[in-house]
Amino acid sequence: MIDGTQDEDDDTASEMDMDNYADDFKVAAKTKRKPYDVEYESLSQRSVEKLMQRDVEHICGIFGVEADTANLLLRHTKWNKEKLIENYMDNATAVLVAAGVTLPDAPTPSRTHSIASSSQSQSAARRPATRSKLLGLGSSSKSSAKSSSPPKPISRTPSKKADEAFVCQICFNDAPGLQTLALDCEHAFCTECWLDYATSKIRDESEHTVRCMAEGCALVAPDTFLRDILLGSVPATGEQQAREKTWQRLQELFVRHFVACNSHLKFCPYPSCTNTVSCPSAASKSSLITVVPTVSCGARGIGVQDSAASMSSSQQFVNGLGLKGKEHKFCFGCQVESDHRPVICSVARMWLKKCRDDSETANWIKSNTKECSQCQSTIEKNGGCNHMTCKKCKHEFCWVCMGPWSEHGTAWYSCNRYDEKTGVDARDAQSKSRASLERYLHYYNRWANHEQSAKLALDLYAKTEKKMEEMQITSALTWIEVQFMKKAVEEVDKCRMTLKWTYAMAYYLYRGNEKDLFEDNQRDLEKAVEDLSELLESPIEADNIPALRQQVTNKTVYVQKRNEIVLEDTAVGFLDGRWRWNVSVDGFDDPEDQ
Amino acid sequence: MASISSRRLAKELREIQAEGCPVGISLVEANDFSKWVFTIQVMGDSLYQDEVHTLQFRFDPQYPISSPAVQFVVTDGKQAPIHPHVYSNGHICASILGNEWSPVLSVIAVCVTLQSMLASCKKKERPADNDRYVKHAPENPKKTLFHYDDDTV
Ligand SMILES: [Zn+2]
Ligand SMILES: [Zn+2]
Ligand SMILES: [Zn+2]
Ligand SMILES: [Zn+2]
Ligand SMILES: [Zn+2]
Ligand SMILES: [Zn+2]
Repeated sequence: MIDGTQDEDDDTASEMDMDNYADDFKVAAKTKRKPYDVEYESLSQRSVEKLMQRDVEHICGIFGVEADTANLLLRHTKWNKEKLIENYMDNATAVLVAAGVTLPDAPTPSRTHSIASSSQSQSAARRPATRSKLLGLGSSSKSSAKSSSPPKPISRTPSKKADEAFVCQICFNDAPGLQTLALDCEHAFCTECWLDYATSKIRDESEHTVRCMAEGCALVAPDTFLRDILLGSVPATGEQQAREKTWQRLQELFVRHFVACNSHLKFCPYPSCTNTVSCPSAASKSSLITVVPTVSCGARGIGVQDSAASMSSSQQFVNGLGLKGKEHKFCFGCQVESDHRPVICSVARMWLKKCRDDSETANWIKSNTKECSQCQSTIEKNGGCNHMTCKKCKHEFCWVCMGPWSEHGTAWYSCNRYDEKTGVDARDAQSKSRASLERYLHYYNRWANHEQSAKLALDLYAKTEKKMEEMQITSALTWIEVQFMKKAVEEVDKCRMTLKWTYAMAYYLYRGNEKDLFEDNQRDLEKAVEDLSELLESPIEADNIPALRQQVTNKTVYVQKRNEIVLEDTAVGFLDGRWRWNVSVDGFDDPEDQ
Repeated sequence: MASISSRRLAKELREIQAEGCPVGISLVEANDFSKWVFTIQVMGDSLYQDEVHTLQFRFDPQYPISSPAVQFVVTDGKQAPIHPHVYSNGHICASILGNEWSPVLSVIAVCVTLQSMLASCKKKERPADNDRYVKHAPENPKKTLFHYDDDTV
């Protein structure tokens, strides 16, 4: 190795060490991660662009090419730097041609490459350009591809020329002094057509690869060429904004492509959000049998500019809790639901598929009305609490199991556990299938109920907000001091999501001690949530506010603790390989072998 | 200023009228710049001897930047040719109409390409997924993302 390079390498190495120290310090400064929280980092579009920039500079340095070329090469090889370097060292010309950087050397312009991101891709062999002269319109002086030219990097600025005899072969504009552009292939078209074409590719087709418009020509327009088209000349009034938008969209498409090529990166799925989450510990499929990678891009709300400043504090409260201000939470491993903890992706997916397949059988459960088991009058559910009181006969019962509520307050509360005995006793096929349906409905019923209660939570938010306003009037409490209600509502919502997915998990859990313990934790959380939920719906009187505040705060802390126990125990169970399923799940032992 | 599509189509039409269509292709209808109809025949030795098929082009204002919607007509007793890349509803799976469309291609160029696609066919059969595709196909073939596996058939 040459001395000079050695020094440079040393410099880079020590720089990297510094980076590592900085990272270590950052991690150490963080609060200790819970076992059910996955480690991840949120990246802005700008930060991802910096990551791309680093790869581009690396390639520029090794190959001695310009950034435009490095970009095309990296995109073509799906940002697999190692593979690109290997292939380039092996046959640089072939790689440059395949990536659309240079024209093929040989006179046969066969196009056998495919661009990684092309949504339509997979075309095995492209049509050669030999017919273009025969079929093309009019008589063009600029005919088909140059037969032989040595591969050379694309010049930084597109060649502009004012050719008096020029007729654009797309729009047939022959105005003298028409501005034209061409890539290295010298297929010239007017700037207007280039602009229309690039815009259509980027805006309508969400395509980041813009090829030469000539038939059969494989050259790809480099970034600076596209920037010149979109932002170069001063556009007519009102058009500038549209062009800048197209350019921005192109930058986003580049980032999306880069993110899609890296398994440890995911683009935020919320509309009009351009953030990315990096989560290396959930990058492989096999990691998803031990972790549930719930992440957040760090942004909130839908649409970037929320007029938060102009809203009153109470409006902000409702928006903060409601859909508009929702955190951009999502699962790094699947698209099932933003947060399906504690159950792992594959089991959550399996459960949802079952629910879809059996939707008709179970549909009645989702309805908002049921009959009172005592007087048969219709009762409508309009809050999250499951403790129902019939307006007519005052019968108190549980919305989920329709059993008397009195039984739920005692120590032997067992609304959550399905009595497997009924299934075991069934002998003939008919009663067996009935038992299996009943078993499914037991879990589905509770699953759907928590989902429904969470939807009703929006109403609860509104009610809570009103209560808080009342509180500020009727008591000496300040806005800050009534935050306990908001905290409680948020906690109930969060725990209902946990509970919901515990039923999906319990449905597939193998019978035994481990499942019993899981259901004990589930029951304790459910009881705590129902208690708090009921308290939040109780009437407020001025003189009971301090007591209520104490009670709500205590119960919120307790609910939080119970939720943590469920999440933590389940997460640790996955890491320890403690959970067994009653169906076969990828990455786990088959139920038959147990 | 006339839109690029009408200026371009006017030019194409003038050329067709002046020079005529290539052998086996004839213009049936071009009343406006939104829909043109041709008949297409395969000349010489081929599996499609004595067959005349009707080809319909639909253009949007973005033509020729965006490709035309091209399909065989299957109404009024007309039928799509039986070919591994032609569905019974008239939709055609050809990369030239999709991701390999180039704005320098013309209506006549498309006709000639499809004519030679038929001429080189070795076995008359429908695409393997014909029934499934036709059942769910969108009205406009441009809305389908075809999988161009083998253009040489
Ligand atoms: Zn033009
Ligand atoms: Zn070209
Ligand atoms: Zn986001
Ligand atoms: Zn998931
Ligand atoms: Zn009643
Ligand atoms: Zn119950």
